[in-house]
Amino acid sequence: MLFVLLRLLPGDPASALISVGADASQIEAAREAVGSNLPLAQQFVRFVSDLARFDLGNSFVSRVPVLDEISARLTITIPLTLFAFLLSIVIAVPLGIIAAVRADRWYGAAISTVSQLGIAIPVFWVGILLVSAFAINLRLFPSGGFPLRGWADAGEALRALALPVLTIAIVMSASLLRYVRAATQDVLGSDYLRTARALGASFPEALIRHGIRNGSVPVISILGIELATTFLGAVVVERVFALPGLGSMLLLGIEQRDYPNVQGVLFISTLFVLLVGFAADLVQRLVDPRLRDRMGGRP
Amino acid sequence: MTTIADIPQAKPSRRGSLTLRVGLALLGIHLVLGLLTVFWTPYDPAAMAGGRLSPPSLAHWAGTDRLGRDLMTQIMIGSRIALMVGAGAVVIGALIGVTLGLLAAFATRFLDDVLAAALDILIAFPTLLLAMLVVAASESASLGTAIVALGIALSAIVARLTRILAKRVLAQDYITAARTSGTSWPMVVFKHILPNIWPTLSVNFALQFGLAVIAEASLSYLGLGAPPPNASWGRLLQEAQGTVYTAPLGAILPGIALVILVIGMNFLADGLRDRADPMRGAAR
Repeated sequence: MLFVLLRLLPGDPASALISVGADASQIEAAREAVGSNLPLAQQFVRFVSDLARFDLGNSFVSRVPVLDEISARLTITIPLTLFAFLLSIVIAVPLGIIAAVRADRWYGAAISTVSQLGIAIPVFWVGILLVSAFAINLRLFPSGGFPLRGWADAGEALRALALPVLTIAIVMSASLLRYVRAATQDVLGSDYLRTARALGASFPEALIRHGIRNGSVPVISILGIELATTFLGAVVVERVFALPGLGSMLLLGIEQRDYPNVQGVLFISTLFVLLVGFAADLVQRLVDPRLRDRMGGRP
Repeated sequence: MTTIADIPQAKPSRRGSLTLRVGLALLGIHLVLGLLTVFWTPYDPAAMAGGRLSPPSLAHWAGTDRLGRDLMTQIMIGSRIALMVGAGAVVIGALIGVTLGLLAAFATRFLDDVLAAALDILIAFPTLLLAMLVVAASESASLGTAIVALGIALSAIVARLTRILAKRVLAQDYITAARTSGTSWPMVVFKHILPNIWPTLSVNFALQFGLAVIAEASLSYLGLGAPPPNASWGRLLQEAQGTVYTAPLGAILPGIALVILVIGMNFLADGLRDRADPMRGAAR
């Protein structure tokens, strides 16, 4: 599956390697170098055996093993993704519940309206606005870049990540909030909540004991998708803040036609997307025992 | 009972059409501005019409950029490009996506499973990333490449939706009835399936339009979109980022224009959905 995806999308890897207007012999040499002149079946075998050994090849440009470069850059992208993910949960879950429970009050409606705005805003623009507000005018945070010594200088590293994290969290929480609100609305209309109330539970008590567990099932699968999207969406944010993460590696790879790098990033991203989806599935079954039987046979 | 039922029905129907109207109005602003640039712009878009980074004035309503070009002109051309990208990407995405989705719905169990799994994985990737890869695979960046790339990226979402919707329609009794009475499969598709799934699809297309506009702006921002002199909003923002301290408007106005268009499309989608789906408690 992965092989097909990688092979289909970027065309012949060799044509990416060489410059436009190369003659036939150069093309053949390039194809030889990346192995795209071999029959497809043979390519596939090579591809799988390389992957099994976690060998992603070397960069065309820097000759550095792709995996080394990726793992170095993940030390930025993973914290960036996780912090943003946690922050957006902290923002979106309470606000989403409030927006649903207090839909008739002005602040409930206001939250819904603002989240509508939030999903229409491109993430890089939020980044630019935050930079101009907090980095240039208030001078609270650096406007971009990452300390050269990396996490050895933890304070500076965290300061460098603050604005990017906030940028992603703002945009991500807007869409997450809408799902939380919809899930809460479903819970509010449910029979079991009414039963719990009839049995004498107060409204907050009923909502916390019964609502959160039920409402979280659809939200968890969305969370999985959002986490994957954030990880991949870091491409743009890393560009805004000039962070040397996985996303900028992908961009640089595309600009320099550094095919192994692009493929490596893509492979790791796909792996991540699949793992997150799998994890979301598992968590869902932990939360909702009913799913354990029903979806037992499916991967 | 009937009198009570009448009252709550009247209210959401007004709200539904209001969303639709606001959406159309916001979209209309851009349509007018965008179409206008075909015939007339305040200044020659490439001309250095004023001083560099000058603040708004009567001559330049939105000021000028770092090369002294009129910003209002650039933003208006940005409207046209955004509309072209949105419409083009949605049309391409719809053509590929609906075809694939219908094929999957009709295919044998095995092929359907394969297609469904492939689509699920494709959808897990953001539109932007897929578009980036298509652009990367092509020889040079142009407005056309960006549109095609976005269209291909969107088609996965359309295909999955079409597949689900078409399968639901295929399970209905009237399809069996139509087949029994001798209607050919192509006729079933055009007479029964497409008309039935169209309302839901069109809502989705409106949302995709917004997605495509944001994704194109991001592509241009990353330098993978249409090359200059195409004044895409994304590129305007990218150019203005460096001068955000001296000339903040350049980094704000294109963004506002973009948000207006996308919100307009989202409202339009909401309005269409209320109209298409009476079960959601809105107007027919």
